[in-house]
Amino acid sequence: MAEDLIKECENRLPGKLVENLKKAIAKRPINQKQLKEVIKRLEEKYSYAKINPGEAIGIITAESFGEPGTQMTLRTFHFAGVAEANITLGLPRLIEIFDARKKASTPSMEIHLKEPYNKDETHLEKIISLIKEIKLKEVISKISINIMKLNIEIELNKKRMREIGVTDLTIIKSLKTELKSAEVNLKDDLLIIKPKPKEEELTLPTVYALKEKIKDIHIKGIEGITEILPIKKENEVILLTAGSNLKKVLEIKEVDGTTSTTNDIFEVASVLGIEAARQSIMNEAGKVIKDQALDIDIRHIMFIADLITNSGIIKGVTRSGITGEKESVLARASFETPIPQLVKASLIGEVDHLNSVVENVMVNQTVPLGTGLPNLVTKMKKEGEEPK
Amino acid sequence: MVQYYEKKIGKIVFGMLSSKMVKKMASAKIVTPELYDKEGYPVDGGLMDIRLGVIDPGLRCKTCGGKLKECIGHFGYIELARPIVHINYMDVTVKVLQSTCRECSRILADDKQIQKYKARLEKLEGESLEHYRIGVKAIANILKNVKKCPHCKAKQYTVKIEKPTNFIEDNKRINTIEILTRFEKITEEDMYFLGFKPEYARPEWCILTVLPIPPVTIRPSITLESGERAEDDLTHKLGDIVRINQRLFENINAGAPEIIVEDLWDLLQYHITTFFNNEVSQMPPARHRSGQPLKTLSERIKSKEGRFRHNLAGKRVNFAARTVISPDPKIEINEVGIPKEVAMELTIPERVTEWNIKKLKEYVSNGPTKYPGANYVRMGDGKKKKISKETHEQIIEELSPGCVVERHLIDGDISIFNRQPTLHRMSIMCHKIRVLPGKSFRLNPTICAPYNADFDGDEMNLHIPQTEEAKSEADILMNVPTQIISPKHGLNIMGCIEDSVSGNYLLTKVMEFPKEEAISLLVSIGIDEWEKFKNFKKTVTGKEIFSALLPKDFDFVGKSKNGEKVVIKDGQLVSGVIDVSTIGEGGGSLLRDIYRLYGADKTVSLLGKIFTLGIAVLTKRGFTTTTSDSDLSEDLTKEVKISINEAEEEVEKLIAKCRKGQLSSYPGKTIEETLELMILQKLNETRNKVGSMIAHSSNEVNSTLIMARSGAKGNILNLAQTAALVGQQALRGKRIDKGYKDRTLPLFKEGDMGPAARGFVRHSYKKGLNPIEFFFHAMTGRDSLMDTALRTPKSGYLYRRLANALQDLKIEYDFTTRDANQSIIQFRYGDDNIDVSKSEHGTIDVNKIIDEVVGE
Repeated sequence: MAEDLIKECENRLPGKLVENLKKAIAKRPINQKQLKEVIKRLEEKYSYAKINPGEAIGIITAESFGEPGTQMTLRTFHFAGVAEANITLGLPRLIEIFDARKKASTPSMEIHLKEPYNKDETHLEKIISLIKEIKLKEVISKISINIMKLNIEIELNKKRMREIGVTDLTIIKSLKTELKSAEVNLKDDLLIIKPKPKEEELTLPTVYALKEKIKDIHIKGIEGITEILPIKKENEVILLTAGSNLKKVLEIKEVDGTTSTTNDIFEVASVLGIEAARQSIMNEAGKVIKDQALDIDIRHIMFIADLITNSGIIKGVTRSGITGEKESVLARASFETPIPQLVKASLIGEVDHLNSVVENVMVNQTVPLGTGLPNLVTKMKKEGEEPK
Repeated sequence: MVQYYEKKIGKIVFGMLSSKMVKKMASAKIVTPELYDKEGYPVDGGLMDIRLGVIDPGLRCKTCGGKLKECIGHFGYIELARPIVHINYMDVTVKVLQSTCRECSRILADDKQIQKYKARLEKLEGESLEHYRIGVKAIANILKNVKKCPHCKAKQYTVKIEKPTNFIEDNKRINTIEILTRFEKITEEDMYFLGFKPEYARPEWCILTVLPIPPVTIRPSITLESGERAEDDLTHKLGDIVRINQRLFENINAGAPEIIVEDLWDLLQYHITTFFNNEVSQMPPARHRSGQPLKTLSERIKSKEGRFRHNLAGKRVNFAARTVISPDPKIEINEVGIPKEVAMELTIPERVTEWNIKKLKEYVSNGPTKYPGANYVRMGDGKKKKISKETHEQIIEELSPGCVVERHLIDGDISIFNRQPTLHRMSIMCHKIRVLPGKSFRLNPTICAPYNADFDGDEMNLHIPQTEEAKSEADILMNVPTQIISPKHGLNIMGCIEDSVSGNYLLTKVMEFPKEEAISLLVSIGIDEWEKFKNFKKTVTGKEIFSALLPKDFDFVGKSKNGEKVVIKDGQLVSGVIDVSTIGEGGGSLLRDIYRLYGADKTVSLLGKIFTLGIAVLTKRGFTTTTSDSDLSEDLTKEVKISINEAEEEVEKLIAKCRKGQLSSYPGKTIEETLELMILQKLNETRNKVGSMIAHSSNEVNSTLIMARSGAKGNILNLAQTAALVGQQALRGKRIDKGYKDRTLPLFKEGDMGPAARGFVRHSYKKGLNPIEFFFHAMTGRDSLMDTALRTPKSGYLYRRLANALQDLKIEYDFTTRDANQSIIQFRYGDDNIDVSKSEHGTIDVNKIIDEVVGE
């Protein structure tokens, strides 16, 4: 019977409340009559708490972020002591999320591992070596330019290579694929790279440029992931990284793809889709707010995430993003760069229908929000008709 | 019958002016740069021609016959001797030049491509105008690389802008006449691909052949004290343009050498360019004789002080007042105390009816100088009359229902009260007027939190709504009780602060009163329900006194700041102590329950009572905080010293251990990092230990401790820093390690890792810091100052962008969230349609409802 009562109210109450109700009555004895009363009161409360049509919810959300914004710190949080593994937090991070910057300033991943790797630390070394990016400069002990021969000589660091499991062959292979215009030879532990100039004479500056380029050649691991820090959290080993490459990391079979995340929202969007990006924005913004010990309701975060991802691509809260794509010329002009906006509008005879807020403020008319929304409709007398 | 028509602007169309249109709408042709004749009368055909409007009192506009302030001004024009490029349309002009043939002016695409582009652009235009623009841009990028015209087979060259106003083709400058002739040949069909809608704008209109002269009313001259006339920047600029234009005409007609004509032409181009925009890069700005750049058209429009943001999106209002605020705990929370001076200047229009005519006549007879009076009367025929000694008798006679009296403010009138920065909607709320002696606005200190106000010289603004609609809207939607719950997180933002918190804390914790005193205390704060005093025994505990404020059927279980249970049963505080976590802002669990059960108005009145009770208790008991609050006993001083020494010794040991290589590192960290972490941990631990030592040892009468414990102000750490030690100074979460090579200051040894060398302050504020400690302390202090200074503009800009992006999003009648284009953002707001400001911390508490039902 209790189930029936709950089922009956399900379409009148939001799912979350019904769930809470189910959980609450499971814990304690409650009779039929009381439950009925509880549901009645709950519905009353809900109908009171329901939002009013016409509510200017956008501006409320903006206020909810704008006001605590003044209390946030600018500081970036230093985490774990690894120099590269700093994570931007606080106001700068929030700005970054809302701006929808293509490049996150500190991309980072949280990699969870599948059973049994997440408990067993013996495999850890191997998994890390799979993920962490190794560049050539990490496996060499000396790199120099032979000025006479105009080639580059590299001494390999055999010890380090053995440690991370890189052989001469892999290095030569990746060098060859990367350097199309150079000869690569190995002569008794000395790697000799002879650049092959295309047209002009080989000069020292070009060789020098090549030398600098060679240092950063990718040898092993996943590109972009420069640091890995294993930490223990509730009996589980989690890998925190500096740098992010979600697609490649998910391809590794030891990695648990269902729980591993990255803080790079664009990467989430391209690998997992726009709905995942929306969730990612909510998570990231939520993290900042939690870290700053602020209290902002989840609905506001959700609202901004929905707005940013609404069109299917991530659009920032900037003059080229959401505000820039407003229909109203005057709304765009009042935000930033008014003159180019007007010039653009003039070429094609754009029409401003005065549908939103600022335009109506500008022309001294009521704003179509809240109490400015309803109109009184009445039958008008025809002109010249006498009142009865 | 009177019929009212409401004027409403339906839409605004943007477009360009053709030279024909400029001439058509002009009411005068300007031919001379002179402004006034010898008598100081505007010259005909000059820039101040009275056909363009009047700015002098007494003159009448020749076009519309209006006087000053009646005539809004009229445009004029000048015929340019040679065509001139419009600086704001430079980018457009170059695109058109690149996309069209230099011989036949057709678009550089063959018929097949044209069909393709047309289909593509029409599809994009169907989506949005912005997409159409992007499409046009993409086509222009293809067309600019076409080397041969598909129509007339003429060879094409790349066209480039040579900043600021020249176009280069095949290393030669294209002169503006050439551009104009090319543009005039472009067909209307081709314009579509260039991003022009021929009805609104044509490429040739981007080249100026006539220049509209703005009306004098937008460039009024001002008369200086000396009687001299100072002309507006725009008039100066226009004078230059007209003068050079005249000279150019003369030279052309006289057949002057081409080089002279060219020079004058360039000069005219310069003047017209700076007339539109005086901040063009690579063009020296036109200046006053004093060297300060002229403010021309673009500068008038853009930026924060420009037309858009300053005058259009922001308006000035009448019926507003601003003055310093000061506290008054005796007035209600939703009241505002205003000085009589303000009450007599600001008025409320009240319509005369049979029922209020007597009262209003009294106000009128009091006039503007005696309170409560009235300043103006709008008679039945719409005429507005000022009340004065001479007129008031006549006005009283004529006063009849239908007249409107603009009377002084009286107690209970509705006002809107605001403090900048208006960061959230609680920064502007509706208060009831209370006319008080004094010259400042008075507000109940409880309301400080939502306004973020204090009384160190803050000023606030007061607005008086003038229409019935505005008044009722303010009263119903903006009244203080409606704003208790913040829409940010669904918690109360008003609560008891400072003295009221410590007062209630002391009251409910230890205090006892004889019956008479208890009753007189309660009566003094306005509790006169005698049955509540019936159960009072000879001595009344503080808990009982507090309970007298509560509703009889109120049950509550909560936690106090130190985690103790607070229980209220049937309106009686059974156990626990009242402090910030029950009656404070943000937390305020007791207030929240009252709000949930009894509603907003009751909460506000109860909050007011709790507040005054706290103040009354403190007034009775006396409460002060002194330097002796932070005096430590001799034993304690010794203990503190010992534990600091211990900590320092331990740190030294750690360093020594590290030097010997005996320290094992934390996972993922180097040895040095591990050491740093351990030291930091150790030193912070010491400060906390000292803090709790002080908290435990001090006696109960220590006022600073009472404040910290009740949550009224300050915390134990503040006390510990004042009394015992300031502790480690941290910069970016680390000990201080910057300065010189391997050391922070030259007096330390290189590589000194000890506490003192890395910013550990072992003295207290009271004893005073030594110079080294002081320096480190100043470092962290400066760092936090920098942070605040940089943060404010950053967060302000983020807020502005958010507000601009989100301002037109609203809940529709079908409960979807939509933007101004009616596209849906959310189907249900926040998935459950719950308004945060009507929720309990973002949800509805099911468990509490069950508690209530089961408890009954």
